[in-house]
Amino acid sequence: MSRKVYVEVAAVFSPEGQILPHQIRWEDGTLFAVDRVTDIRRAAATKAGGCGLRYTVRIGGRQTHLFFDEDRWFVEANDAKQPTA
Amino acid sequence: MDRHILHVDCNKFYASVECSLDPSLRDKPVVVGGHEKSRHGIVLTKNELAARHSIITGETLWSARRKCPDLITVPPHFSLYAKYSRMVRNILLEYTPLVEPFGLDESWMDVTDALRPPQEIAEEIRTRIREELGITVSIGVSFNKTFAKLGSDYKKPDAVTVFSRENYRELVWPLSVNELIYVGHSTAEKLADRFLYTIGDVAKASPSLLQSLLGKWGPALHAIANGNDNQPVIPCEESAEAQSISNGMTTPRDLTDNRDAQRVITVLSESVGRRLREQQLCGKTVELHLRDNRLVTHTYRITLDYTIQSTSDIAKEAYTLFCSVYHWQHPLRSITIGISGLDSDDTPCQLDMTESAERDKRERLDKAVDGLRERFGDTCIRRAILLEDPDLTGFSPYEEHTVHPVGFSGKTDEIGGKT
Repeated sequence: MSRKVYVEVAAVFSPEGQILPHQIRWEDGTLFAVDRVTDIRRAAATKAGGCGLRYTVRIGGRQTHLFFDEDRWFVEANDAKQPTA
Repeated sequence: MDRHILHVDCNKFYASVECSLDPSLRDKPVVVGGHEKSRHGIVLTKNELAARHSIITGETLWSARRKCPDLITVPPHFSLYAKYSRMVRNILLEYTPLVEPFGLDESWMDVTDALRPPQEIAEEIRTRIREELGITVSIGVSFNKTFAKLGSDYKKPDAVTVFSRENYRELVWPLSVNELIYVGHSTAEKLADRFLYTIGDVAKASPSLLQSLLGKWGPALHAIANGNDNQPVIPCEESAEAQSISNGMTTPRDLTDNRDAQRVITVLSESVGRRLREQQLCGKTVELHLRDNRLVTHTYRITLDYTIQSTSDIAKEAYTLFCSVYHWQHPLRSITIGISGLDSDDTPCQLDMTESAERDKRERLDKAVDGLRERFGDTCIRRAILLEDPDLTGFSPYEEHTVHPVGFSGKTDEIGGKT
């Protein structure tokens, strides 16, 4: 089972109302730039629990999921330091 | 053309939401139960693994734990369930505006106008709710509401069942008559006395026999068993008009005398009255659901000659009804008060010489009190009777109410009834 980690996210609000995450600050303060958002859909976070708007993103060449639930962002973490898929 | 009705039922809703939020619970027996400290210590719902230990909804947490020592108990989080309920409903509303909620975890939908087969829509909804929200639903697809509801119970979890004109005799008729939403214990017993055990038995019985057994319900039940149920799906925003308003509470300790009952009736009346006034409604019928410490529910109702809305009128009528029907054969665990026979509060009505003016005064007083509570909180002004036993009456049912449509007030053991 994964850990649910709430993270700080810098996001861009487009004039059309879309919210795109730009950068994530991990628990230990490390910053990760979001290279690309490849998919956005509502989905359950089956590993860490809960649900939200799921952003499939590429960070440092790796694909991972970032969830936006009401007004918070979270990541499913496999107890490593970095957000992983 | 036949209608296409779906009934969507969230399987073991509270427990599913808890397990969806905390995946570590998924492979363990889990029940959601009230706070034991305030003695709302009963099982509200259980997951599949807990159900395998024969744990039943409504039993005490203490007895559930005897059946299953590893049982995990999670206190209820009603605001979360409301949130999930809203998310489910939002998905349903993408398919049709005709969505009628029934409690937090069930809804009917009328998808007759959708240009797709209803079964395909049902499959899509089932998949989406599982993938998007992480909980499962079972869906019944049929040509009326009653059969659609039977369908959602037929196969679960995470399944779709279709009861069509072609297969209902084969699939619905063998089901026990108890499975019908309208049939409670006492109706089932009356039918069993005439060897009518299944829905098919009722469908094939003569309407006049059923009328002699059940009164005007008899022919209606006969029609329903034959698939002739024309009740429309009433969408959320309109359904308020068709509902009763009720509030109930399991009390922190058993109620043992009239004064206890009066205190609880007063708290509940406060909430029912406030909600009536908010929706500018008044009602004629006072309903009382009493659950004793054996968990047997008794239902009583009385219809008045006039409509009421004020807290003190509701409390007075409910308490009068209570005193006339309940004689403390057993201590009580919970009381629910409902007002039905609703009408808009500006509907012209027959006044009488003395009472009407007094009633009007009480209603205006209540509105003033509601205004104060709106601005300064629920406890800023309270009735003296509620200060006698704060442990018993220190809850606000107003915040945690569930609205149920009239006529579906549950499969209760209706041993009384006064109209």
